Amino acid sequence: MEATRQVDVSKLKVSKKKFNPGPARSRAGNITNFLFLCAVGVFMVLPLVYTVCNAFKPLDELFIFPPRFFVRNPTLENFQNIGVLMSQSWVPFSRYIFNTVFMTVVATFFHIIFASLAAYVLEKREFPGRKVMFKVIVLSLMFTPAVTGIPNYIIMSKLGMVDTYYALIIPYIGGSMGLYLMKQFMTSSIPNALLEAARIDGASELRIFTGIVMPLVKPAWMTMILFSVQSMWGASGSTVIFTEAKKPLTYALGQIVTGGLARAGAGAAVGLIMLIPPLSVFIFSQTQILDTMASSGLKD
Amino acid sequence: MKATAESKAIKLQDKKLRFKMLKQNWDCYFYIAPYGLIFFTFTVLPVLISIALSFTYFNVLELPKFIGLENYKNLIANDDIFLTAVKNTLIIAIITGPVGYLSALMFAWFINELSPVVRAIMVTIMYAPSISGGAYMIWKVMFSGDTYGWINGTLINLGILTEPIQFLTNTDWMIWVCVIVMVWMSLGAGFLSNVAGFRTIDRSQYEAGYVEGIRNRWQELWFITLPSMRPQMMFSAVMSITSAFTVGDVTTTLFGFPSTDYAAHTILNHLGDYGTTRFEMGYACAIATLLFVTMVGVNEIIQRILGKVGQ
Repeated sequence: MEATRQVDVSKLKVSKKKFNPGPARSRAGNITNFLFLCAVGVFMVLPLVYTVCNAFKPLDELFIFPPRFFVRNPTLENFQNIGVLMSQSWVPFSRYIFNTVFMTVVATFFHIIFASLAAYVLEKREFPGRKVMFKVIVLSLMFTPAVTGIPNYIIMSKLGMVDTYYALIIPYIGGSMGLYLMKQFMTSSIPNALLEAARIDGASELRIFTGIVMPLVKPAWMTMILFSVQSMWGASGSTVIFTEAKKPLTYALGQIVTGGLARAGAGAAVGLIMLIPPLSVFIFSQTQILDTMASSGLKD
Repeated sequence: MKATAESKAIKLQDKKLRFKMLKQNWDCYFYIAPYGLIFFTFTVLPVLISIALSFTYFNVLELPKFIGLENYKNLIANDDIFLTAVKNTLIIAIITGPVGYLSALMFAWFINELSPVVRAIMVTIMYAPSISGGAYMIWKVMFSGDTYGWINGTLINLGILTEPIQFLTNTDWMIWVCVIVMVWMSLGAGFLSNVAGFRTIDRSQYEAGYVEGIRNRWQELWFITLPSMRPQMMFSAVMSITSAFTVGDVTTTLFGFPSTDYAAHTILNHLGDYGTTRFEMGYACAIATLLFVTMVGVNEIIQRILGKVGQ
């Protein structure tokens, strides 16, 4: 226990030392790098800035020639219009928000617990079938919903899950990305000696998992939360949920966007609203997420 | 004779060990069960069902009828639109796959040399386009063919164009618009993995490298950085392949479905057409299986190549 702690401290010192680029840097190279990054940064950020600008443009600025990139007279009109449109729908706006929040929270919660439990066993215990299972999980990173969608629908209908919250929640719990990242993170963040010590002290496996493993992998939780917010916020569920009152917010907002020219202002505001939740999760938890991703590599 | 007896003994011991391992660790299966069951039911089983259904005629209402390789034959020999879809998907994948993959690596490398605050901002900016599923919708407004489309409007205003280019319906332009949008969205999880990977490379390796005569940053990249980044590069490759081959929502949003003259019709659009519009599930599953096999095959080749980096 004491030994591992000492090792950790020394590692920290090394990484905190300012990196000296050494002789392998030329000034011309540095400048080229900087200019190149700026150019790419502009390409990446322009559409996002345009999304933000459009959301605050009054209608007469949205339809003007020549088109203006930036907004002159920012207004909240577009957001108010969403409110008006939503208040006319017979399913109240709050219901859509509840649906999305409920599904995201439940799916994320069980995904973190189940996937961590499986990741712990896969990473730290030896049992027959372990390697095969991990190979399948790596392979399944390529099973996108687009490819498995049709059989998935058949399975869901056999299990009676179509048109229920479960149709969006349960498949997410069994997603492979979270498990993969969690397992890779455990390789580096949980010293085996610590687990051995706990076992010698007579801790049960479940106690080790809840008392030692879960607290140590906290940075990975944030990453799993990010990915689940990202995917649940983006899921309209239109192929598996048909009852209007069970549909997620994304679906309702998506309908405003398809409303054509008359809804262009509200549509622009929707574009911004869709962007905010996943982006803010990422901004607030960037450090933890990068800590987790550091061990995400695929080893041969 | 002696040798076989020995190997037999080893095998027996192996079996005994495995059994002992099983006996000692049977509880592992219990811990893995909740996740494993869901994973199997909604991730593994669909792929197996998809492969099985691809050999049948199945319209959802009647029971699947076994027809052998008929679906595959029709796909390759009789379905011109499928071949168009393959062509479009390959164009998009061959450009956006490598470009996205290399930029995920290069930008992570450049960003790594910036100060922490600037680095955090740059990472956010570059990751933002792929973070939200619908962010690419803004491109539809930017590329729009009427005077309100920002790109057309600006070009006309500057006198470069006299009439707007119909980016979203002109068959010469559509696929390139799609490529631009896909490249814009290509810095996803693989990019984050690279950014994080660069941060964890052991600095003493570089110092040793300078002593041994590494002179510029390209040598440093090839001999020191890339070999230490191999695991991240392999993960990033899986991510790039998946996104490059499964283009579908982007084309539907930008160009509508079906797109003009099928000029931006991808394999995934074709799959959706047969699966959710025409209910020819067997045929759709054959498309899914072909796509899946291609992705796994490409991944296998790329992992082999990456295994040789820096050697």
